[in-house]
Amino acid sequence: MPLSHRARPNGGGGRGETALAIGPFKCRKLDDWALRRCGRDLAGKSGQFREPEKEPRCCGDMSASGRRRRGALDRGFTMDETVAEYIKRTVLKIPRHEIMEMLRMWDFLSKTQLQTINVHQIKERISQEVVQLCEENSASIKQAAILDMIYNHTYRNKKIWTVYQMTKAVGEETDAFNLADFKYKFKRSLQSALKNALVHASNYHDIHEMELRSRCLDSLKDIVFKRYSQTFQTYHPRPLQESNVAPEKVDPRIIQENKREKERIQSVNQEVFGEGLQPKIEFAQYKLETMFKGEPEMDILTEKEPFRCIVKFSSPHLLEALKSLAPAGMADAPLSPLLTCIPQKARNYFKIKERKGILSTSCIGH
Amino acid sequence: MSLVRPFDKLPTLNSAVILLVGTDERRQQQLAEAILKEKKNFKINIHVATSLPLPAERDHVRPRIDLIAFMINMQSKHSLRNVEASLSHIDANFFLGKVCFLITGVGRMNHCSVEMNAVRKLGNLYCSPVLFCELDSEGIRAATAQRLLRMLQICAGHVPGVSALFFSSLMKSSIDE
Repeated sequence: MPLSHRARPNGGGGRGETALAIGPFKCRKLDDWALRRCGRDLAGKSGQFREPEKEPRCCGDMSASGRRRRGALDRGFTMDETVAEYIKRTVLKIPRHEIMEMLRMWDFLSKTQLQTINVHQIKERISQEVVQLCEENSASIKQAAILDMIYNHTYRNKKIWTVYQMTKAVGEETDAFNLADFKYKFKRSLQSALKNALVHASNYHDIHEMELRSRCLDSLKDIVFKRYSQTFQTYHPRPLQESNVAPEKVDPRIIQENKREKERIQSVNQEVFGEGLQPKIEFAQYKLETMFKGEPEMDILTEKEPFRCIVKFSSPHLLEALKSLAPAGMADAPLSPLLTCIPQKARNYFKIKERKGILSTSCIGH
Repeated sequence: MSLVRPFDKLPTLNSAVILLVGTDERRQQQLAEAILKEKKNFKINIHVATSLPLPAERDHVRPRIDLIAFMINMQSKHSLRNVEASLSHIDANFFLGKVCFLITGVGRMNHCSVEMNAVRKLGNLYCSPVLFCELDSEGIRAATAQRLLRMLQICAGHVPGVSALFFSSLMKSSIDE
């Protein structure tokens, strides 16, 4: 997370507390300790490039000091390309004679690892070696950012800095600085700023978060751009497609009584889900704010307050699982529209409220 | 309302018919195949249905049914409800030993959504034996097939001197004595 650059003389003071803010951290003097701590706290969870599966477990414990951490290769860890590139470029910026000192200050690679680095080769090779060692230690974006901050701090003359003054309104108290609160608000502001910048830069009017979340990015794209097999309303019942399953050798002594019902289920399924593979989502969540329908004699919660509960369906491949429920005999066909509307409505988070005294539910957003 | 009746059709010589009713088609198929594998000296037909009533259009081709086995999976409330709904489509005379309940899935207690009491009450209410069998296991499937075959022989009248009414003795538990 680079510190804020360009400096311009700041005109005139104002009332209230003056804070000299260099980048994201308010302090009088940036010493090495504060810098490292700042980096560790702030560079942390911005891992937007990282997939959850690859999250290394060694964050926070930066000091290697001689003992070799259980190697990345043992765990099958592959460092993210972005992180590798980040570290590589930072190392390339450092003048040759300063590299070892900086890496020591960084305190991420162990002494033995540092000893293996040969500083007398071309910088390109040095940086490759450093990246290699970082991979062994399972470096994350956090560590890369800290190295970057150490560089920027040491070579602060290379940047142009802007100065900002923050003031508090008249009458407001000077609270003690709450780092946790600051971090939370800062992150939220960043998200908000990113959204605004995106909308403005692409000439759109508005942006809002959809109620759709999943691990599979390709499936999210399929849902949103309607690239899955869609179902169409037809007035003519479509002939059943031949399934890919080869006809089983059925013993003639076994007679299926409900062939028609099975065919009906298949055709209903096809109508609702279409033919192709469903997009892959892992869960659907329904937040219920409906009245509890109990026996009138019980009188505990009946009709007084909405009974709040959350129902969550999870599966490695939820939509395919729902599609196979009726053919497997585990549910009646057709399924509830609350389950089958997920791809069409492009959402898997629902809020269900009472609809004005009628015993039905409606899908509404926030 | 088309009821399945036990004595409205003539029996065929040296043959018997069993009807399996349940929501899990795969298990039904497996059990049916296990029954066919067993050695027997009569002709057998196995009718498989997900629920009752049976489709009316096949009434005229359907033979007399000698034994009905309802399959309930303890892990699926849906299977219990399906069986409960189907029971009202059987003539009362069937419940004189020509009906039994096959309960599977008890082995995994953590996944059971049907209570044991519900199943026992069902057996008591309909005066029919309740057989617990883990149909996923091949050995138990074979044993269950053998039991069903024996019951089927008796229900079809192939065993002289023994009728389906004797199955009420299967209902008594040792605690009752």
